[in-house]
Amino acid sequence: MASHHFDHVDRSGSVSGPPSAGDYIFDRGFRGVAWLSAVFILALVVYIVIEIGGKALPAFSEYGFGFLTSTTWNVQTGQFGILPEIWGTLYSSLLALIIGGVFGVAIAIFLTQDFLHGHLAAVFRTIIELLAAIPSVVYGLWGIYVLIPLLRPVANWLHGEFGFVPFFGTSLSGPGLGPAALVLAIMILPTVASISVDALHQVPYKVKEAAYGMGTTRWEAILKVMLPTAGSGILAALVLGFGRALGETMALAMLIGNSNQISLSLFSPANTLAALLASSFPEAGPVEVRALMYAALVLLAITLIVNAIGLAVMKFATRKFEAER
Amino acid sequence: MSEPNLTATAELIALGVPEAPRRLPNLNRAPFEIRALKSGFLTALTWIAALLASVPLFSVIYRLAIEGGSRLDWEALTALPPSAFEQGGGFGNAIVGTLVMVGLATLISVPIGIFAAIYLAILDPDSRLAHSVRFLSKALTGFPSILAGVFVYAVLVVTMKTYSALAGGVALAVLMLPTVVLAAEQAMMMVPKKMKDAAFGIGCTRAQVIWKVVLPTGAPGILTGVMLAIAGAAGNSAPLLFTALFSGYYLTSLTEPTASLAILIFNFSGMPYDNQIELAWAASLVLVMVVLVFNILARIIGRQKH
Repeated sequence: MASHHFDHVDRSGSVSGPPSAGDYIFDRGFRGVAWLSAVFILALVVYIVIEIGGKALPAFSEYGFGFLTSTTWNVQTGQFGILPEIWGTLYSSLLALIIGGVFGVAIAIFLTQDFLHGHLAAVFRTIIELLAAIPSVVYGLWGIYVLIPLLRPVANWLHGEFGFVPFFGTSLSGPGLGPAALVLAIMILPTVASISVDALHQVPYKVKEAAYGMGTTRWEAILKVMLPTAGSGILAALVLGFGRALGETMALAMLIGNSNQISLSLFSPANTLAALLASSFPEAGPVEVRALMYAALVLLAITLIVNAIGLAVMKFATRKFEAER
Repeated sequence: MSEPNLTATAELIALGVPEAPRRLPNLNRAPFEIRALKSGFLTALTWIAALLASVPLFSVIYRLAIEGGSRLDWEALTALPPSAFEQGGGFGNAIVGTLVMVGLATLISVPIGIFAAIYLAILDPDSRLAHSVRFLSKALTGFPSILAGVFVYAVLVVTMKTYSALAGGVALAVLMLPTVVLAAEQAMMMVPKKMKDAAFGIGCTRAQVIWKVVLPTGAPGILTGVMLAIAGAAGNSAPLLFTALFSGYYLTSLTEPTASLAILIFNFSGMPYDNQIELAWAASLVLVMVVLVFNILARIIGRQKH
């Protein structure tokens, strides 16, 4: 104990004193637990990767890389391939990113560039953030009974008039890529918007004042000064939104139609990696589970890479402004 | 359009500016100039985008109130789920299951999350461990929730040989953890350095400073993070699909398959029976109300600290 260091101090009549043995143990124990918790998180992530990787290994050694390029998923014959799911995951997420990205960035501009009075802006920001709070299954239910019936006449008209365009190559009979991507766009919009808002807030105010001082209109200031300055932050928002879209499961499992095909058409049913896991896993036998573990590993790898890129871009963006200040 | 602004020029001359240029740029507002029109057009587009983006939220809430509200009664809240052609029924067991699993996840993730955040924010913020934990926590927030299910399936369901509420709770805990860590770290970093220094100055140990000063001061922020994590976990269903599975009965132990609201909605939404679909809407209404209550509580608590 450290208390003997203070033995020469005259403490008569004083309420203060060195830490007691109990204090010392509490301090050590408390910090130990904190350290352990931090290590636990590190270990957890490593364990997740090892566990999923390890469970995927048998399927990997059996199917090899052909698994990624094969298009059949047949439990009876034991043939497994996830090319349609990889395609569907990337295609639906890309569509969602385009729609959600445009709206998300527009909303970030709307919230930061003095379109609304402070109080109203806070209310509107809450509305956008609550979009992210609605559970995925509820969006799925809404998609099935509200969005698809609403989209079907439009989609079928587009197919009838412009059927030669590959995007409208099929009619929309029920679930399909288009409605799924639209719901996905709604779900990633808050992510894109809130990270972009932060990025735009980081631009020093004097930059905007300088632009206005030169006589720019509001939109010249936004397009030529604010957006390029906040560019890397907005890029991070888009990449992280894309990562969010890749892993989204329930709404897609309910809306995309779980069909093992590759099509450019927005109205044809498709499938994604996450939806494949959701729909096949609960009833899968041991052979199919091994294949699904491989699919899970592929999903893990794709999302980890995309998220790591997003976080790296964000770090770069933040640093840029720290250096300028 | 750009005829010289004579008044301005005259004023400048009157003010004694010796070399007032003959032609000043037009400094009056020119609302119909192309640049201004373009700006106004884009402003209108942004307004439309913003209003369009809030349509889904109101549409979801409106439909929930109409479709779910008409079915939401005592029976729906307490009865067991109906089988295929049965009328009536409810989702009482799913409410209990969701509460139990979210409670379990909270009990697991909150202590670990807060202690890890203490390490990140106060004890050793610049160590290599802190940097990697911070990065991994951020990466975990973008981690597909279904993979938490796959992970827990491999670790718990396979070894226990049964789907269970315990496995469901652990899967949700994995998803709550990063939210809690990051929010708690943020909250504790906001605690003014002066307060900590004052506590150190009167001879507190580090644990005492954290326990008696940092945690109480940062509590609103930490609580906000916890509430948001709970709201997220309550609505999350993907990881429960093959960890808790589903059950038609009330939960009697933590080691048996367990019903949850989200999985009930997922299962019932695809059924061709009106009764089940109505129940799916009613269950969605309950779920959204729970999630929104936690979200709004989080906002209220978070706002109080300012």
